[in-house]
Amino acid sequence: MIEAILILVGLAAFFGLVLGYASIRFKVEGDPLSDQVDSLLPQTQCGQCSYAGCRPYAEAIAAGEAPINKCPPGGETTILALADLLDVEPMELDEEAGETPEQPEVAIIVEKDCIGCTLCIQACPVDAIMGAAKQMHTVIASECTGCELCLPPCPVDCIIMVPLKTTTKNWKFKQPTPIENTYPVIPAPTDSELEKKL
Amino acid sequence: MSTGAINKSPLTKTKLWKFHGGVHPPFHKDDSNQTPISFAGIPEQLVLPLQQHIGIEAEPSVHVGDDVSKGQIIASASHNGLSANIHAPTSGVISAIEERTLPHISGLSGLCIVIDTDAKDDWKNSKLNTYPDFNNTESKLLLEQIQQAGIVGLGGATFPTAVKLSSSKAIKTLIINGAECEPYITCDDRLMRDEATKIITGIRILQKLLKPETCLIAVEDNKPEAIKALQLACQDDDGISDNVKVVAIPTLYPSGGEKQLIEILTGQQVPSGELPLDIGLIGLNIGTVYSIYKAIIEGEPLLSRIITVTGNGINKPQNFEALIGTSFNYLAEQAGGYTKMADHLIMGGPMMGFALADDQIPIIKATNCALISSTTALSESNSEYADQPTLPCIRCGKCMDVCPVKLLPQQMYWHIRAKDFEKAQDHNINDCIDCGCCSYVCPSHIPLVDYYRFAKNEIRDQKIAQEKADLSRERHEFLLFRKERDKRERDEKRAAHKAALQKKKAEAGAKGDKGENKKDTSKADAIKAAMARAKAKKDERDKESSTRKESLADKKTSDKDPSKKALEKNTELKKDEI
Repeated sequence: MIEAILILVGLAAFFGLVLGYASIRFKVEGDPLSDQVDSLLPQTQCGQCSYAGCRPYAEAIAAGEAPINKCPPGGETTILALADLLDVEPMELDEEAGETPEQPEVAIIVEKDCIGCTLCIQACPVDAIMGAAKQMHTVIASECTGCELCLPPCPVDCIIMVPLKTTTKNWKFKQPTPIENTYPVIPAPTDSELEKKL
Repeated sequence: MSTGAINKSPLTKTKLWKFHGGVHPPFHKDDSNQTPISFAGIPEQLVLPLQQHIGIEAEPSVHVGDDVSKGQIIASASHNGLSANIHAPTSGVISAIEERTLPHISGLSGLCIVIDTDAKDDWKNSKLNTYPDFNNTESKLLLEQIQQAGIVGLGGATFPTAVKLSSSKAIKTLIINGAECEPYITCDDRLMRDEATKIITGIRILQKLLKPETCLIAVEDNKPEAIKALQLACQDDDGISDNVKVVAIPTLYPSGGEKQLIEILTGQQVPSGELPLDIGLIGLNIGTVYSIYKAIIEGEPLLSRIITVTGNGINKPQNFEALIGTSFNYLAEQAGGYTKMADHLIMGGPMMGFALADDQIPIIKATNCALISSTTALSESNSEYADQPTLPCIRCGKCMDVCPVKLLPQQMYWHIRAKDFEKAQDHNINDCIDCGCCSYVCPSHIPLVDYYRFAKNEIRDQKIAQEKADLSRERHEFLLFRKERDKRERDEKRAAHKAALQKKKAEAGAKGDKGENKKDTSKADAIKAAMARAKAKKDERDKESSTRKESLADKKTSDKDPSKKALEKNTELKKDEI
């Protein structure tokens, strides 16, 4: 009896030590889940989710504090990916957060109106606006995420959002019409209808 | 290695392999291959899109109003990547550089150069050098010439040929693709019959450039005249008949696909995501070889191409040599005009081509066929044009049996319907060649290829979005880091300044340790003195200001009088007037 207890205690102590060592030796830096969530977000840093950027929202999702449907730029694709990662039910996009833009947009500065105040430069979350005080500013289109954060600070409203031009290179095929819409589906008769017929 | 059965080509007695699947749609080759190629003529206007090749748009090098000669470069290859020159196909005046509808499946428009032709067809001095003795010419010069001539793959891929030929990889086999498996199209067939010797010379140029061990010309066995013509040309041409072989391959769609043809000829499969070059093979289309001949021997850049105008919607189906930029409408007129059956205009064949909405659209380097056909004739080979409803998938598995890439079309279809593109990628959707065999055999008329094209576009867009997101994340994180760093640096600077001041103070304190009290008293005295000075100054100022006020008040009273007087005078005057 005593032997058995001693063996079990010994084993417990041994595995305890092994696990304790492993938890220190192989400690993961940072929060891996929030990193994974962050990698699925579109990184527009627009703040439409009411968090101050994608990373804070990712941390909130990882901590279970925020729902996964608050990212309008990501839209359905992001919600599906997040649902897949977190193993939760996909849900509809939160209407309060905004709508998914139909076409990606970029900001453009109307150059003749720009007074060179640098306010938009400070507002841009990805450093996509170039310029200096009292010099004309311009948006680097390839870096712009279309977050619209530069619009409110502009004192002369010289920034406009322009949809990206569709060319033969970024044009895409539409999804073929699903069968249900091309084939007249006759609903199966209900039990009562069947009884009537009989 | 291929698992396909090994058999022998009956006409040319070469060992052949078989690729998986394939179909036999009605080929309709005899409609258009009965008459030799004729020149379509010079239309009044030519429209040349800047994007006629894979890669980056060419950059216009002419302006509106410029006179151009035949063969002059009007848009030069971009230096930013893969690109090709575009030449004026005939002489004339540049009348516009503007957006026009492109011969593209999307129906979108793009930048085009419009030439109003002058019917003179004047070369002036725009012809390139000629290298009749190419065997003793440096390869570099020949490649430069091919690049200058703006030659791209004319089989449909439009990859700039000079780039393909400049690869440093050792070439084992040079494959000349004359299979032309797509129904209705006969432009390569006719070219092989009419210009066999020129094609063989073109192959000799390629042999000089690539130094392959063997060279195989693959032709489907439904073109016996072309095979014969090439064999004759080979025999006439001494010296190379040993290692150039014309191979007749069984007629089967899509044996003209690059990877399928390689499998038929060599039994090797090009691994997914790799190029034939990676396994020592290179494939070129018959039309491309012909244009290489024209560039090197005749000094002519790529100004025209052979195009099949066919279908039951046209009166005299035939092959034309047409200038790049000629409109479909003009070609249809040259072919005797439309019949009553002309329901659709398809660029390319019925399997892989696409419908164009308008016949004013120009032909480009990639246009091998204009198929004008009735809906019924088209629905023979492509159910998309048929007016039948799509039915549910019955999981018959026919699509799987015919897929030449051995994919699982049905599985991919279900995943795409569920928008699960990741699963579709797991089924290697990116290896799909859009051949349309699966749609062709589908008893439920499901437009399977449209699903795959849709999914491939979505996958491409998601990849681009992911790249953009990664870039944005990097930039945002750097922005945060930069702000943090600036703040830290500022704080450090401030702290350092403060520390330096304190140090100074401490040092000063240490020096004047004994005279501390003295200093204090002297400081207090100084303050007192300063205060007294300030007070004296203030008093003085007060006095001054009071005297100034008085004097101002005096002035005001004295000023008032004359103004009053003036006013009175004015009123008096007015009274008089009244």
